[in-house]
Amino acid sequence: MNESWHAAGPAVAARAVTKTYGNGVRAVRGVDLTVPPGEIRAVVGENGAGKSTLMKMFYGLEQPSSGEILIGGRPRTLRGPAAAIALGVGMVHQNLMLVPSFTVAQNVVLGVEPGRRGLVDARAAVEITARLAEEAGLAVDPKARIDEVSVGMRQRTEILKALHRRAKVLILDEPTAVLTPQETEDLFAAVRRLRDGGMTVLFISHKLREVREISDQVSVMRAGSLVGTVPTADATERSLAAMMVGRDLSLDVDRAAARRGEVTLRVRKLGYEAPTGQSLHRLSFDVAAGEIVGVAGIEGNGQSELAEILAGLRSPTAGTIHVGGTDTAGLGVAGHRRAGVGYVPEDRLHNGAALDESIADNLVVDRHDRPPLARRGVLHPKAVRAHAERLIDQYAIRTPDPSVPMRALSGGNVQKVIVARELSAGPRLLIASQVTRGVDIGAMRFMYERLVAARDDGAAVLLISADLTELLALSDRLLVLKEGLLVGRFDDTAGLTEKHVGLYMLGVEHHDDKHLTAGLAAGEEPTP
Amino acid sequence: MSSVFDVVFSSAFLAAALRVATPYLLAAFGGLVAERAGISNIALEGQMLAAACTGALVAGYSGSVALGALSGIAVATLLGLLLAALRLELGADAIIAGIGLNLLASGATAYAVYTLLDDKGGTSGLDSGTLPTVPLPGIESIPVLGDVLSGQNLITWLAFLTAPFVAWLFYRTTFGFHLRAVGEMPDAAASVGIPVRRVQYAGLALSGALAGLAGVFLSMGYVSFFVRDMTAGRGFIALAAVFLGGLRPWGVFLAALGFGAAEALAVQLGTLDVPPQLVSTIPYAMTLVALALYAWRRKRRGVGEATPASL
Repeated sequence: MNESWHAAGPAVAARAVTKTYGNGVRAVRGVDLTVPPGEIRAVVGENGAGKSTLMKMFYGLEQPSSGEILIGGRPRTLRGPAAAIALGVGMVHQNLMLVPSFTVAQNVVLGVEPGRRGLVDARAAVEITARLAEEAGLAVDPKARIDEVSVGMRQRTEILKALHRRAKVLILDEPTAVLTPQETEDLFAAVRRLRDGGMTVLFISHKLREVREISDQVSVMRAGSLVGTVPTADATERSLAAMMVGRDLSLDVDRAAARRGEVTLRVRKLGYEAPTGQSLHRLSFDVAAGEIVGVAGIEGNGQSELAEILAGLRSPTAGTIHVGGTDTAGLGVAGHRRAGVGYVPEDRLHNGAALDESIADNLVVDRHDRPPLARRGVLHPKAVRAHAERLIDQYAIRTPDPSVPMRALSGGNVQKVIVARELSAGPRLLIASQVTRGVDIGAMRFMYERLVAARDDGAAVLLISADLTELLALSDRLLVLKEGLLVGRFDDTAGLTEKHVGLYMLGVEHHDDKHLTAGLAAGEEPTP
Repeated sequence: MSSVFDVVFSSAFLAAALRVATPYLLAAFGGLVAERAGISNIALEGQMLAAACTGALVAGYSGSVALGALSGIAVATLLGLLLAALRLELGADAIIAGIGLNLLASGATAYAVYTLLDDKGGTSGLDSGTLPTVPLPGIESIPVLGDVLSGQNLITWLAFLTAPFVAWLFYRTTFGFHLRAVGEMPDAAASVGIPVRRVQYAGLALSGALAGLAGVFLSMGYVSFFVRDMTAGRGFIALAAVFLGGLRPWGVFLAALGFGAAEALAVQLGTLDVPPQLVSTIPYAMTLVALALYAWRRKRRGVGEATPASL
């Protein structure tokens, strides 16, 4: 069906496309977008700006309420993905659509299997996959099972799936969110090669730096409308961010020098034997009231384990932990909360919120059993609602009502609810893990301000992040973890570069024990 | 003790084991197909029972064993489709719907038999006949082998052929490929244009048909009449075999064969001086032990081959 493409027309286009959902929400408003063949077009916008909805319409997952979708230069009615696929549109979804127990090759051919009379030719599948991979420069092992390969290879498998279906248009929805820097580079190289072969690529992203690196032109969406399209060469991260949010906005954080108070978190010779995952070895460090201490490291080097131990979700196997003088090493989660520990987990959808429950209920889960929300074991719904309304207002959570289930919120708003809950408890120590992962720029900026405000109110903040830019922007001091060991400690982050910290993360450089433990009170007993 | 070994290594025991394993094999493969399609068919028990009853009644009234068997299989297939419809169209929980179908089958068969034959126990008053056995002329005369293999029921042979058939279906055919994809990751299957529901309906129909074959064997091969609740939990034991076999065709085959052997052992030991109540618990006790073993292995090694969305 690819032959029905009009040679001269745009590869993909939208004409006055509007999408209004059944509940009256207008996700896309009168968008005109034209993408010529052989271009990498980035589409950026905050969460809820309508870019995903627009892409779903190109892929047949949604139908426009009015206006026209054009594929291959002609207006099309796409009743489902099958119709879009037949017209040469391929989409790599953010949460990859692969069958875990199938091999790479089996996933590539699934739905369009080689073979005759209802049989699948397994050898042909492997050959096809190997050939496509070779041509596109996407390295995969066709015979490896999907659940045993890296996220990067899974994503390459998704792209090969589209190529096997002879896609001429490839929609990549936040493809780099799950990739390491090296994998991102490889992906970009492959995407450029595909473009040079005539592929049209729609690249959805939050990360403006990557958008600038990969795209030919950038289209910016805001609140359902297309704000504009600019050649990438003429755009800066700052100008794009301003277009996205509608006002000048930078991610530079204004923060005064930290006013360090008493030591709040005291960790000494902390050890953890992990049954699975990364073990921790002899970690010693302090976090004082009124400072933000960042924890850098390549993901999987013990950051998650450290966060969960400090939050009381795991028990250490050696060493001591004191929070404000309380020995918390043996306490459960409730004990940690009583000691004043707040925790923003890295996987907010699994550990941070009950998605089917309301915003109001999620905001009270740590305090539903005591006044003013409850008396003698009986909950006061009015108090719960008032509490929710206050926090929704304070934290600018975008929702029509506190009774809305968490599942209906965007990623940034879910995170705001969690941060609102944790910070409104007035923690003495806040463990914040990947706070801005997958949230849009506006929400990111908001989180930054809140963390600094919490610090200035005297909280000790331990900030764990995979984003080095973020760590350097927010941290007063910085620790580096590698393979469960503390390998770097920077007591002054001014003038520290990502490259320099990167050397410690990779293990090229490391500080000696003396430097790492300098100034830490020797005794394992807390100072009162 | 030596008498126990005499029993186990007798050709009569081996022949009985194959015969007794037949309904387990068929029902377990029915369960496997449904499980891999992403809908747990906990109604195997009811489908077997309905097929056993329908088969005996139709054969008894029509005088045609073949018609009886086909009717039994058809009823079980319809029950499989009904379970799929309850799950897919109405969004019912497959486990709850399955329990409902089991209760329905138990009650409906007893009611039908009572209404038609005025007998609360079963159809022993009706002359239904059995499906043919397969004599093997050449092998018949070989001492042990002949006793074990020759003269087995047609369905026993079918049951043993089901293992390679299902393995072939799963791993060689487009249908099996789609079925496994649908069961494990329905969104992924849908995103490449596979008609998810249609595949699930087909899987549940096949599942029901296999359970139906198992049920027909009980009333038209094992014995020649229907007895109320004659499945006696075989559908659930078959379900245990599905998981014990790690959701793989040959694993399920071995597990079902093991359960069959356990029941055959119980039957044979009944002739010895062992309390019969104790002996009759063997298949059930073995199910428990096997499931505990399975859970323990799974915990140690991580998850098995595939985790269908129904789990």
